[in-house]
Amino acid sequence: MYIYDDFDEGFVRERVRQFRGQIEQRISGALTEDEFKPLRLMNGLYLQLHAYMLRVAIPYGTLDSQKMRQLAYIADKWDKGYGHFTTRQNIQYNWPKLTDVGDILDALADVDMHAIQTSGNCVRNVTSDHFAGAAADEIEDPRPTAELIRQWSTDHPEFQFLPRKFKIAITGSPNDRAVTRAHDIGIRMVRNDAGEAGYEIIVGGGLGRTPMEGKVLREFLPKADLLPYLEAVLQTYNLAGRRDNKYKARIKILIHEGGLDDFRARTEQAFETIRKDFAGPSDELAANIARYFEPPEFNNVRSHGFEKALEANPAFRSFFETNVTEHRNPAYAIVTVSLKAHGATPGDATSDQMRTVADIAERYGHDEIRVSHEQNLILPHVRKADLPAVYALLVDAGLATANAGLLSDIIACPGMDYCALATARSIPVAQEIAQRFDELKLEHEIGPLKIKISGCINACGHHHVGHIGILGLDRAGVENYQITLGGDASEAFALGERVGPSFPADRIVPAIDTIVTTYLEIRESEEETFLETYRRTGSAPFKQALYPEENRHAA
Amino acid sequence: MAKQFTPKIVTANDLFEGDVIYLTGEGGWSRDHRDALPLNSQDEADELLGVAQKQAARAVGPYLADVALDEHGKPHPAHFREAFRSRGPSNYFHGKQAV
Repeated sequence: MYIYDDFDEGFVRERVRQFRGQIEQRISGALTEDEFKPLRLMNGLYLQLHAYMLRVAIPYGTLDSQKMRQLAYIADKWDKGYGHFTTRQNIQYNWPKLTDVGDILDALADVDMHAIQTSGNCVRNVTSDHFAGAAADEIEDPRPTAELIRQWSTDHPEFQFLPRKFKIAITGSPNDRAVTRAHDIGIRMVRNDAGEAGYEIIVGGGLGRTPMEGKVLREFLPKADLLPYLEAVLQTYNLAGRRDNKYKARIKILIHEGGLDDFRARTEQAFETIRKDFAGPSDELAANIARYFEPPEFNNVRSHGFEKALEANPAFRSFFETNVTEHRNPAYAIVTVSLKAHGATPGDATSDQMRTVADIAERYGHDEIRVSHEQNLILPHVRKADLPAVYALLVDAGLATANAGLLSDIIACPGMDYCALATARSIPVAQEIAQRFDELKLEHEIGPLKIKISGCINACGHHHVGHIGILGLDRAGVENYQITLGGDASEAFALGERVGPSFPADRIVPAIDTIVTTYLEIRESEEETFLETYRRTGSAPFKQALYPEENRHAA
Repeated sequence: MAKQFTPKIVTANDLFEGDVIYLTGEGGWSRDHRDALPLNSQDEADELLGVAQKQAARAVGPYLADVALDEHGKPHPAHFREAFRSRGPSNYFHGKQAV
């Protein structure tokens, strides 16, 4: 866990002090709303449908027990006792009062946290693999690089007013759990032929109203060149990106319109100039950062109690099969704490649940917690011998739902229950789907299936990369839902294809039911996943099942 | 024939709490949409929106929302977004519905 130095601490405290003054000026009338709005957004404060919303950055989704307890404290003291974990690994509070925000930001600063650059046309929170530092398939822990990028991009004077927001994701594993191909810049740690670790730089990906897969800008970038190269990419985009149309201002549009080769040529030219006099971090700084991400001292003593518990308790066995992932250390495991209890709001955790996870992390998890972009919490380092005890604590807190990666592990944006931009609700759809399939007790038989729901075309719910994607729309004053099939957020990245006309709110859950039933009927074996079946058959059988009338007429 | 005018109300968010407020007949603000002043012509709507825009010390982002009037002449949201604003979220009993 990175710990603030005096510079970080001073910077964050000064920003809190400034923002307190700006709030006072807004209340006194010295600042108009038009003047105040960009200032509050720079500090993560949105005005939503029913209240303000404060988006707090969780750099690369990494927390410890102290930070998590403080998030719980804030939820209790200034909000309604819960928080919402997002697809950008952040946490959002849905009910803060304007006059409390200064105190909340100071409480965050007490534990080295802030809400800076969680909005606005700047480099946003750098996201990463939630299994970083623990995954068995990892080349290198991506978090020191993510922290380096955080320090470089925070308050970077040249990049505070980009044409549009800018999102960077990094993974250290070939299995992409950070959706790097759907980011403005995606970074994958790779090795070259000489065996040296470096980066593959992907650029121009994104979801939203114009979904695009990122393209490889550089196949291998030496580690030492990362910051000057990123600076060259941002500089090129900052100068050439469109500012005449908000909807065409992302880097993906620049690259789409001008071509990847043109963008690469401009970037490489800028890189040559920047690299010569780049006053980037010294090796000492990089080494200092790396020190904070040293692996914990693993306790490799094995215990047979764990195997016995697996045999004795079918519920624990089910949890182990879905929510526990292989760790790089054979005596350890990675635990996914599902925030998707059937019928609950995806990504929401009560303050009690946050404290439970903090307690478990402190006692059994080397004090590490991650937030996943799939809106779950992760305990990355749990000794297998401790899994039965951890499971029992999770059960007591209502956090042991055995559904990671299954149908009810749904990503859903806040939608029109909270968001001012939404065109329809997302949360009730997620709740109903999860409840419906929980009643059927089918989801373990269905196997891996990712449903992702967005309440508008901005796609915060990643619907384009859901195996089943659902997009909520306003069709003539009625909530309607469009379905896409075949999306994939992993290294085998694919954008889903729209299956046909949209469904009204009361028909969307039956439509999902139809899709899943069709899959179960046509899969070649129990081992063939939904996505594999879709890739084999295409959308035809699903279309036929969803729109029997149209197909009859067409025949 | 001129297009029929849909009655409107002025709504905004409260500066301090951020919650939804409605402009009343007395020129003040209420948290209950039924207290809002129904506006029956475009001229009236434009005028009252202008009044609301001058109240930046209380109201953020005022705008006109379509309403339907009940038998008592009380306004009710015409669009589902405004209905949600008048109630609160559907996943928790929070917001106006809990007051």
